[in-house]
Amino acid sequence: MSVREESSAITAAGKPVSRFGARNWAGIVVVLVLAALPLFLANFTIFQLTMMLIYAIAILGLNLLTGINGQFSLGHGAFYAIGAYTAAILMEDAGLAYGWTLPAAGIVCFLSGFLFGLPALRLEGIYLALATFGLAVAMPQFLKLSVIEPWTGGVQGIVITKPDAPFGLPLSQDQWLYYFTLVVGLLLYWFAVNLVSSRSGRALMAIRDNPLAARAMGVNNALYKSLAFGVSAAFTGIAGALGAIVVQFVAPDSFTFFLSVALFVGLVVGGVGWLPGALVGGAFVVFVPNVAEHFNKALAGAVYGVILILLIYLMPTGAGGLVRKVADFIGRRMKSRPDR
Amino acid sequence: MPQQESAPFPLLAIRDISVAFGGIRALDGISFDLERGRILGLIGPNGAGKTTLFNCLSRLYTPTSGDILFEGKSILKRAASRMAEIGIGRTFQNLASFSRLSVRDNIRVGAHCRARTDMLSDGLRLPRMRRAEERINGIVDELIAYLELSSVADLPMAGLPFGTLKRAEMARALAVGPKLLLLDEPAGGLNHDEIGELGRLIRRMRDDRAVTVLLVEHHMNLVMGVSDKVVVLNFGRKICEGDPAGVQSDVEVIRAYLGDGKS
Ligand SMILES: Nc1ncnc2c1ncn2[C@@H]1O[C@H](COP(=O)(O)OP(=O)(O)OP(=O)(O)O)[C@@H](O)[C@H]1O
Ligand SMILES: [Mg+2]
Repeated sequence: MSVREESSAITAAGKPVSRFGARNWAGIVVVLVLAALPLFLANFTIFQLTMMLIYAIAILGLNLLTGINGQFSLGHGAFYAIGAYTAAILMEDAGLAYGWTLPAAGIVCFLSGFLFGLPALRLEGIYLALATFGLAVAMPQFLKLSVIEPWTGGVQGIVITKPDAPFGLPLSQDQWLYYFTLVVGLLLYWFAVNLVSSRSGRALMAIRDNPLAARAMGVNNALYKSLAFGVSAAFTGIAGALGAIVVQFVAPDSFTFFLSVALFVGLVVGGVGWLPGALVGGAFVVFVPNVAEHFNKALAGAVYGVILILLIYLMPTGAGGLVRKVADFIGRRMKSRPDR
Repeated sequence: MPQQESAPFPLLAIRDISVAFGGIRALDGISFDLERGRILGLIGPNGAGKTTLFNCLSRLYTPTSGDILFEGKSILKRAASRMAEIGIGRTFQNLASFSRLSVRDNIRVGAHCRARTDMLSDGLRLPRMRRAEERINGIVDELIAYLELSSVADLPMAGLPFGTLKRAEMARALAVGPKLLLLDEPAGGLNHDEIGELGRLIRRMRDDRAVTVLLVEHHMNLVMGVSDKVVVLNFGRKICEGDPAGVQSDVEVIRAYLGDGKS
């Protein structure tokens, strides 16, 4: 289902109708590969792939805000942190089952995002980026505050017990969490695609493309921009909750502003405005630092930087732009055949 | 002419409005009425205040004094985003497309106020979302046919020819379901044939969609050809109002245009 819907999301980015079929197949293949992967891999690699999916969800949320609505955020790590802490506190203090912490984190982060989005309405472009950056920088300090230490565990953070596979399924804990994350991710992707191809999503894109004209067409810009912040934060917060469950630990210094920057980088590498790009972005966030480290431990940071620079030079519009170019090329080749 | 003589007040009544930007009085005590089912041409040299008046009507600017009555009620308390729902649609002097969206999606945004949804039902494809989409698509399909946009409907706006974009923005404005349609220089950038076509379209919209039109235009043949009444602005003041023939022979109008170096 989510695979078929993918096409309408891309209509938003201006694609003709002719390649619906090809795109469906690509989506099905990606989902099948994702579903098969943990059957062949070691637990640690499965854990990494789970983190890839989790970051992909967080980036998907950021993409709704930046790619679809045109608002910048260099602070989504803060919402990730709020989601993670919500899950951790609810599981360890309130004894809530881990599954239920996801909607809870979603709601808490929706409200946080919406409330943050209200004053941020006055800010545009780089100024908004700066304000969100401030949020990201403040978050670890805030989480260490002694007033809330009874819940957050202060600098120590909170340790979470790792869930087993339910119903006696013959899956390792890592495999189970991977599939759990995959299903949550597919549902959220389906939601995002539906949103983008509906009245609300079009309003968000209209604001991005021409806020003045959007208002004249009856779009309440302030409301939709705040809602976009809320929904975006909810996605990222759910990712944070999943992250807490999978890593089994939350602490303030897991959520420094580097996390926000990583999400932003993942967004750009995947392609701003192209929803499936979130997966590419997630893979980048998890695996490229590893690759860099593998290459040369002492120079890992430099190698990471060089990879990033090369990527942005080679695909200035991210993976999304590259896919579009390739698809256009193939499309033209098919069209020029006389039997069409 | 589809006109309700019985209506107690004009569709639009502009009452002595003024707008100032710093030292410039962009509008200075403008008043006029627009009756239902009429086409009113608003002309004047560059900088006369025509677009400023439009922006007051769509609540992007607030006049420093005076009032604007739509169907007898003041609009000055309404937010800009709530003008579409009472039936005021507009196009923009320079194109204002949602350039990364398709022509169809642009028109769908025009129909935003014709349905209600929320993000949750949209994201979950609840019946509320399906009903809204059905309603919006009905409106949009009809307009695509009406303005002959079907061959470009699924192409992105960016990259389409100028004339097509203008027609798409006209369709978007009509999707609002306007009682009053504000057209800001719809002929700008069009060629001779397209302007002839536009004149016929404006009359056709008035006749079969019951739209009242306020038309800002520099193209004199077009304005004089379609308007029932013409209002002339110069330096923010109304210098003349009357039927096209009367306005064309008005001494002050001729002077305003000659003084500006235009004919
Ligand atoms: N936002 C603004 N800030 C400052 N001055 C403005 C603003 N908008 C319009 N003006 C000024 O108000 C006056 C009227 O401008 P307006 O755009 O309404 O003219 P116009 O009649 O539409 O002209 P044109 O035929 O060139 O479109 C001009 O002197 C213009 O410079
Ligand atoms: Mg103007």
